[in-house]
Amino acid sequence: MEKTTNQRAWFLVLPVLALVAFSAVIPLMTVVNYSVQDTFGNNQFFWVGLEWFEMMLADDRMWDALRRQVIFSAIILAIEVPLGVLIALHMPKRGVWVSVCLVLMSLPLLIPWNVVGTIWQIFGRVDIGLLGHTLAALGVDYNYTQDPLDAWVTLIVMDVWHWTSLVALLAYAGLKSIPDAYYQAARIGQASRWAVFRYIELPKMTGVLMIAILLRFMDSFMIYTEPFVVTGGGPGNATTFLSIDLVKMALGQFDLGPAAAFSIMYFLVILLVSWVFYTVMTNLDSQGGR
Amino acid sequence: MTGPRLPRLNIVMVLYLLFLMLPIYWLLNMSLKTNTEILNAFTLWPADLTFGNYRTILTDPAWYMGYVNSILYVTMNTVLSVTVALPAAYAFSRYNFMGDKHLFFWLLTNRMAPPAVFALPFFQLYSSVGLFDTHIAVALAHTLFNVPLAVWILEGFMRGVPKEIDETAYIDGYSFPRFFVKIFMPLIASGIGVAAFFCFMFSWVELLLSRTLTTVDAKPIAAIMTRTQGAAGIDWGVLAAAGVLTIVPGALVIWFVRNYIAKGFALGRV
Repeated sequence: MEKTTNQRAWFLVLPVLALVAFSAVIPLMTVVNYSVQDTFGNNQFFWVGLEWFEMMLADDRMWDALRRQVIFSAIILAIEVPLGVLIALHMPKRGVWVSVCLVLMSLPLLIPWNVVGTIWQIFGRVDIGLLGHTLAALGVDYNYTQDPLDAWVTLIVMDVWHWTSLVALLAYAGLKSIPDAYYQAARIGQASRWAVFRYIELPKMTGVLMIAILLRFMDSFMIYTEPFVVTGGGPGNATTFLSIDLVKMALGQFDLGPAAAFSIMYFLVILLVSWVFYTVMTNLDSQGGR
Repeated sequence: MTGPRLPRLNIVMVLYLLFLMLPIYWLLNMSLKTNTEILNAFTLWPADLTFGNYRTILTDPAWYMGYVNSILYVTMNTVLSVTVALPAAYAFSRYNFMGDKHLFFWLLTNRMAPPAVFALPFFQLYSSVGLFDTHIAVALAHTLFNVPLAVWILEGFMRGVPKEIDETAYIDGYSFPRFFVKIFMPLIASGIGVAAFFCFMFSWVELLLSRTLTTVDAKPIAAIMTRTQGAAGIDWGVLAAAGVLTIVPGALVIWFVRNYIAKGFALGRV
């Protein structure tokens, strides 16, 4: 759509600006403030420059959490994106089943995150959970509170359970926008199923898949509640991801300086990656000529 | 066309739905059992069906006030977010202005900000202005990610409304506020519904900020659930029942937005 230039449009944006400034900019300034100061208590602060940043960068703790975080995000993206596309391809085409599938698929997305954690905490328990009990009955030695590998598997399966539907819904929306004529042409040209997917369906899904990947990257990178409920970051530190570590540092130990420095670097990483995605996304948007 | 035939469901889809429903079924199953049955017998469905767990929650103010608190701040947040987002989304969808692109991306960055980063500063900010442990504090805190979301979704829907409608209305002598409320808002009613739904949902599922900002008076149900650990161990039945009750509101409203849910998640960009 052609847009007209009108500087007075700023007035319409003003309420949002005021609100977001209050709920984002002021807190963020507090964080920046803490990251460059130290305190002896009594609200007496003095300038320490970049010391906290240097300390955090030299500390293995943050790097370990970052490493775990990157591995976690990479694994869940590698599972959820192909699986979501597969599910979308198998959505019923019409009839009541479409609505039923849409509603059932969306259900996990609407469950409070700590309840998601609780569900899997119960489900995986050997004594009272269906999954844990079944595995134990099959002779599998499974205990997510003791064994790091089991804890990881539980968290990954949980995240796949929780979020694959998001990818599937978006991919389905992309698929639905393909006109029937494309498929008819493919049938006349006797294109294989793979060719239909590769040259008709996949290109149409690229845009929405980018959004799906962006959202899943962002949200998995700041995951806190679900692993906190299920494993509490344990066993040991095996599932201590960035947010869990940060909350431990800031609200648990009240190490304001290091936690603030940590926060800023954390935010910057997410910002950088998201910016790359966003640029790619808007480029696709303008090329695709929606 | 072969005429009406029984719709069939694909095997991949069936397996996937089964995978999704099993854990939820297990929670429901547990919520209808007594603790003795949960801990002592492994049963696939409640042998001794009881609604006692639900009764505990619905009669104890310490429990059910959690739901009231959650619903209060979620509603406040939804109304607030959508109200401020409407004019902004209109501006983004209709006009070019200085810094619009940067502003639009900056809004999205707030959706990307990890709540863990904001937990401590929020705690201090709302304590210092005397809003700590109030519903409005949580509602305001959640605008951090809901306002950008609402702006993005609404902008996506508004782009689909032809600009000629605006121009015709202005020629007919409508003032901007009157045009916006009387003509434009009914046109994007579904968009407003979807934006409201997503604000509702993300505020409803969030725990870290709402837990950090409340202690007693505005404590959300999700945070109260963490307290089922009593002296005699965890009260599994009540925990499961509370969990089931948190799923209900989402399940009720989802039917109305089922056809738009993908568009909402795509931030209005499908």
